[in-house]
Amino acid sequence: MTIPSAIKKISDTVWELPISYKAGMLVPARIIATEKLIGTMDAGVFDQVTNVACLPGIINYAYCMPDGHWGYGFPIGGVAAMDPETGVISPGGIGFDINCGMRLVLTNLTYDEVKPHLRELVDALFYRIPTGVGCTGFVRCSHDEFRNVVEQGSRWCLKHGYAWPEDLEMTEEGGCFPGADASKVSHKAIERGYDQVGTLGSGNHYCEIQVARPENIYDEETARAFGFTIPNQVAIMFHCGSRGFGHQVATDYLQIFLSVMERKYGIKVLDRELSCAPFRSPEGQDYFAAMKCAVNMAFANRQVILHRIREVFSAVFHKDPEELGMRMVYDVAHNTAKLEKHTVAGKKREVLIHRKGSTRAFGPGMEGIPDCYRETGQPVIIGGSMETGSYLLAGMKSGAETFFSTAHGSGRTMSRHQAKKMIRGQKLQRDMEERGIYVRTDSWGGLAEEAGAAYKDIDDVVAATELAGLSKRVVRLVPVGNIKG
Amino acid sequence: MPYRYLEHIATADVAFEAFGDTIEELFVAAGDAVMNTMVEELASIGSEETVAFETEHTDLDLLLYNFLSELVFLKDARCLLLRVKSVSITEDGGKFNAKAIAYGEKINPKKHPLLSDVKAVTLHRFTLEKTDTGWRAVVILDI
Repeated sequence: MTIPSAIKKISDTVWELPISYKAGMLVPARIIATEKLIGTMDAGVFDQVTNVACLPGIINYAYCMPDGHWGYGFPIGGVAAMDPETGVISPGGIGFDINCGMRLVLTNLTYDEVKPHLRELVDALFYRIPTGVGCTGFVRCSHDEFRNVVEQGSRWCLKHGYAWPEDLEMTEEGGCFPGADASKVSHKAIERGYDQVGTLGSGNHYCEIQVARPENIYDEETARAFGFTIPNQVAIMFHCGSRGFGHQVATDYLQIFLSVMERKYGIKVLDRELSCAPFRSPEGQDYFAAMKCAVNMAFANRQVILHRIREVFSAVFHKDPEELGMRMVYDVAHNTAKLEKHTVAGKKREVLIHRKGSTRAFGPGMEGIPDCYRETGQPVIIGGSMETGSYLLAGMKSGAETFFSTAHGSGRTMSRHQAKKMIRGQKLQRDMEERGIYVRTDSWGGLAEEAGAAYKDIDDVVAATELAGLSKRVVRLVPVGNIKG
Repeated sequence: MPYRYLEHIATADVAFEAFGDTIEELFVAAGDAVMNTMVEELASIGSEETVAFETEHTDLDLLLYNFLSELVFLKDARCLLLRVKSVSITEDGGKFNAKAIAYGEKINPKKHPLLSDVKAVTLHRFTLEKTDTGWRAVVILDI
């Protein structure tokens, strides 16, 4: 494979590329992986994580998580903490799909109860949640109202009847990053996203009906605390982000940063996708305020989709969503930059954490997680491929090494083009149905691109995060129904 | 086809290489490569709507970046799948300008065999260069 010879094995799960690996590196780069997983990483990971290590103000190490793969700017799975006073903020360390994330919702239904209605449920979800290229949502709002959406996130949804009060508590940062300022967002971004609230998008975005089989419960006590109390309990997991709005915010600021980075601030980067500005500069602060709008748009998007999911289950089972126990386990963001307090060189201080394709994984007792999860640590939702299953994990006390960050998915190993050549969408749908997974999509090609064979083994990825002390396995969830964007 | 998809870079996203005898031809080819990432058959895109748009930049490669980003923007803002019919590129006072005319129609999953949405044009390894035979670009799209 492509592992650089300079790499040093620090432990069974930590691999380091030293500062001498590349001119300009300010800190070493660390890749969290087992021996098996590091062997599957593509060349882009090593190149990109060491580019990140060159960014001004980076603290300790540039990290890549076990699901890491070739991205743009940062690798996917990239984590970097910056000194807010001397460091930079970079859209390439967050991604275009700002606050792409995962949400997990419980039901009190068992698989046996859901099975006879599975097709009806999946068809209704597919009909009610817009998916695919350029889709528009059912929430009709003006440009001005959309500015409220992006400044308030899930709070806007609560005001407009799309949320239960406890949903907000079960969302990272309460479903609203404070300090979002819509005046820092371009008209184009508003125009691109104002009618997309409540849409799934496409690519690897999905909404899935899953089952927690008794043999897949790894930690019964924590599973119970997270709401998994019935054998073969059914849950719904979905993955989406800030849609065209977030993509445009990132596109706009990438250009703004490119125009000032070298000329005004004398910063040089090894990849233009890493274009950045000092965090405390006017441009850096403007982007931070605009990025928060995109974060909030994504929270609102997932909240409105949850509202639709509750409506669908309620209609199919002729019961209120409350009666069906449809409460949120949690909502995690995996493409953000945030100011968090962490211990650096023995001292607690504020740092700016970039996570791109990485989930925050706060351990037991940490501030910033709901009271009900104080003992267990934060729920961490890691989505696998639609064929193989996903995991619910919990943050661990030992996660300090990576600033309490963990993996976010299983990570691709096969290009989309290659997957389409090897796999036919229609055949895949039939095969999956035979295996008890009913899938609906508007895109056969897109379905083929997301086949299980195109991904790393999710079991290996989550086992690596547990071995590294970042997040421990609680429940493995297997898919039975899926709508794919 | 004046573009081809690159298999071995940017695993989770889509990378392509586009060519043109002239810079204008390259812009048209790169535009088609962006659309072909979202729609399997470009021929399925009708010509009900015509859109004229203009982008500019001091750097020629970033002019291409802005031009492709505009197609991605119009896909969401106006739900349009577009094929660029003609582009004219001029330079004036250190600024490049591209005036494009594109035709297309509203996205319709029943008519257009859709693939994956393009979220953005990235600048990772973004290249525009003059070759012995014309022009070449390498672009990675975020999917």
